[in-house]
Amino acid sequence: MTDATSSGGHGHIHRESGPPQPDDKVHSYYQILGIALQELLIEKGIVSADEVRQMIERRDAITPARGAKIVARAWTDGDFKARLLADGNAGAAELDCPMTYTELVAVENTPKAHNVIVCTLCSCYPRELLGLPPSWYKSREYRARVVRDPRAVLKEFGTEIGDHVEIRVHDSTADIRYLVIPRRPAGTEGMTESELEDLVTRDSMIGVAEAKTPGK
Amino acid sequence: MRGPHDVGGLEAGPVDTTTHDMSFWEKQIDALHALVGDEKRGIVPKGQNRRYVEALGEDVYNTLNYYERWTATMSQQLLEKGILTRDEIDAKVKEIRDRLEATGELELGQGEAEKI
Repeated sequence: MTDATSSGGHGHIHRESGPPQPDDKVHSYYQILGIALQELLIEKGIVSADEVRQMIERRDAITPARGAKIVARAWTDGDFKARLLADGNAGAAELDCPMTYTELVAVENTPKAHNVIVCTLCSCYPRELLGLPPSWYKSREYRARVVRDPRAVLKEFGTEIGDHVEIRVHDSTADIRYLVIPRRPAGTEGMTESELEDLVTRDSMIGVAEAKTPGK
Repeated sequence: MRGPHDVGGLEAGPVDTTTHDMSFWEKQIDALHALVGDEKRGIVPKGQNRRYVEALGEDVYNTLNYYERWTATMSQQLLEKGILTRDEIDAKVKEIRDRLEATGELELGQGEAEKI
């Protein structure tokens, strides 16, 4: 557990507990600058150390489990899936996962089409449903290449998509976020919704992987 | 002309698919950025940051990592809005450098010390 605490009267926020992490060292001018901005803003009362801590906690609390809940419901309830595909925001809101600031478009994988999401210009991502994006999602390599050669990029994730399946790449924007509904794995007919949720990974909702097969 | 951020379709190397947890520093910058852009403060309005990131210029854009870019643009906007001054920032940066040096938390990469 990481505690961010204001200490020593100078507003420096740092780890108070847990073993030191290799990335806790400061390597660059801009890292120092970031700490400086934070301390100055706290000193001036523009933000408080407590607000920073709470914001970090709030963001850490959002995990891909939210997206998985939506996918598992879509797998088990055809009417819900239809509503979700027609209006992503309304569908997500039904399951208490509101997307407040952006339009949500759910895209469904089928035997004929596989969907992948990217943000070529920056890092737009359905954070409210999947949490913070993985580092590779923000990388130049992923952003540059997935729109041109998605099949090769998916292979780098260990995902082989047959040539007969069309790959659709969705470029997210500041206003529109996408969520991939992966295909429901075979052999899951008797499973409950909560068992199904465990099969829905973050990567499968980005579209770089399929949902997990039970028992694997 | 294509900006440095506009990379869709360009050639690039293989994707590093390993995931690592965000460092605490990255989480701090992410949180700070959200706070200065929220409704209460509105210093760095939502959506505006991207334009600043795109205007960083190719050299800066390509040498900084993701949250370093956000730090750069956040400091620009705080300066432009008169919330912080250059002197304040420079003095604070030196103070933090000295502090981190004293506690052994500083391990600056090549060329970084000169920027301070």
